[in-house]
Amino acid sequence: MVWLAIFFLAPIVKLVSTSTQTQGVNIGEYVQSYRFANFLDAFTSAAPQFFRSFVYAGLATLFALIIAYPLAYAIAFKSGKWKNTLLVLVVAPFFTSFLLRTIAWEQILGEQGLVIKTLRLLHILGPTGHLTATPFAVVAGLTYNFLPFMTLPLYASLDRIDPRTLEASGDLYANGFTTFRKVTFPLSLPGVVAGTLLTFIPAAGDYVNAELLGNPRTRMIGNVIEARYLRIVDYPGAAALSFILMATILILVLVYIRKMGTDEVV
Amino acid sequence: MTKASRWLSKNLIRIYAVLGFTYLFIPVIYTIVFSFNDSGKSNLVWRGFTFKNWTNPCGAADVCNALGNSLKIGFLSTLIATILGTLIAFAIGRYAFKGHGLVNSLIFLPMATPEIVMGSSLLTMFVSFGINPGFWTIVIAHIMFCISFIVVAVKARIASLDPRLEQAAMDLYADERETFRKITFPLVAPGIAGAALLAFSLSFDDFIITNFNSGSVNTFPKFVYISAQRGLPAQANVIGATMFIVAIALVLTAQFVGNRRKTTA
Repeated sequence: MVWLAIFFLAPIVKLVSTSTQTQGVNIGEYVQSYRFANFLDAFTSAAPQFFRSFVYAGLATLFALIIAYPLAYAIAFKSGKWKNTLLVLVVAPFFTSFLLRTIAWEQILGEQGLVIKTLRLLHILGPTGHLTATPFAVVAGLTYNFLPFMTLPLYASLDRIDPRTLEASGDLYANGFTTFRKVTFPLSLPGVVAGTLLTFIPAAGDYVNAELLGNPRTRMIGNVIEARYLRIVDYPGAAALSFILMATILILVLVYIRKMGTDEVV
Repeated sequence: MTKASRWLSKNLIRIYAVLGFTYLFIPVIYTIVFSFNDSGKSNLVWRGFTFKNWTNPCGAADVCNALGNSLKIGFLSTLIATILGTLIAFAIGRYAFKGHGLVNSLIFLPMATPEIVMGSSLLTMFVSFGINPGFWTIVIAHIMFCISFIVVAVKARIASLDPRLEQAAMDLYADERETFRKITFPLVAPGIAGAALLAFSLSFDDFIITNFNSGSVNTFPKFVYISAQRGLPAQANVIGATMFIVAIALVLTAQFVGNRRKTTA
């Protein structure tokens, strides 16, 4: 417990205090001056990346939900004795380093890959068209990397549904689609909430996908923070950005949970 | 409805699942296939089949040093995080104390914080205390984010225990310590083992937090990231493929042992 207090809370406090410091006399030396304008400076300088992060993360979450829901549904209801094996298969790709997998995507979709040659041959893509270094590739990479975080909670909530409730719905003359809309989906909402949060939060802070699969115009807030910390060494600015990112995510999450909570009651 | 379309609508969800799994596995298969590539300098184009990379996994500069660091860090942080996390889980799961809710949210927070925020705030703290980032700062950071996952997993296991088993032990004149040693702990142990495995894979695979707090120490993910810019050596694929196979083997053995126990019990 103490460990968490020391190594989680203390850094956050330090982060907040650093975010209001200004450059001291020497490089790398900062003076606490409670300069809250740091927040404004940081935000205005990185607003497009900030906005983009949330759009990309939102899109990736949406795609992941669309892909993962039927997958989780199939595992929960249609797999029979293969259930455990399929669950292992969902997680299995994630035992290979996520960097290796992202780089594999980069190479599969890249200039020397098969996909791009086929698309060019079929004239779907012009000879100068490409797939990597586009927003599409970044969002696809995010979607892929966080897919199990979406699938597992969805599966857990679907698996808990008593099949008899679905039969009951059928007995009451609901067709397959109505049953899904009125019974299955509402019952799986806790999984949807958990899955979307587990996907959205890390996706919004990620910078690896944008770095490997994107171009300078697809930079996300994570790239900005990383660059300010490790390359430009502008700690106060980077700390301010980190703090804004965390605060925004917390607010979004709270609003989201509250909204979903009331939906459930209705 | 025609026969074909009826078949399609009946099996749509299965077809979809197969497609989903294909999507999941494409990069893994790609990684494994290219670990056999006779690659030369860059591993981008297929140049022919070879076992060369597998017989010489340390052939690329620094790759085994990075891998060794990753394994050491993973092992150490898993061990410490598992011990601390299990203690916390028992404290939360078993005893009511002041600040119960606060502790619960403190456990949850690291999981709800983007890695980049944790990584950067830890770095800020280390630097302001004059600690140079290196091996031990990575270990500290990894313990920090692994604890939460361990607490959650072990707590769930404790909550699912049948309290009557412990009461039965007490009825049979076992004291509290003996009950814990002979009943509670063996029942929770598989949960702890699973959580430790998860913690190890999280630690081993972590890049963002590590990159912030590593200084000049190289880890395997960091090695992959850095060398990706000038072409990843095929040895990285070999190590990735090995990790994949080892993990699958571990999971399958665990399942097999679990099934055996169920049938014999």
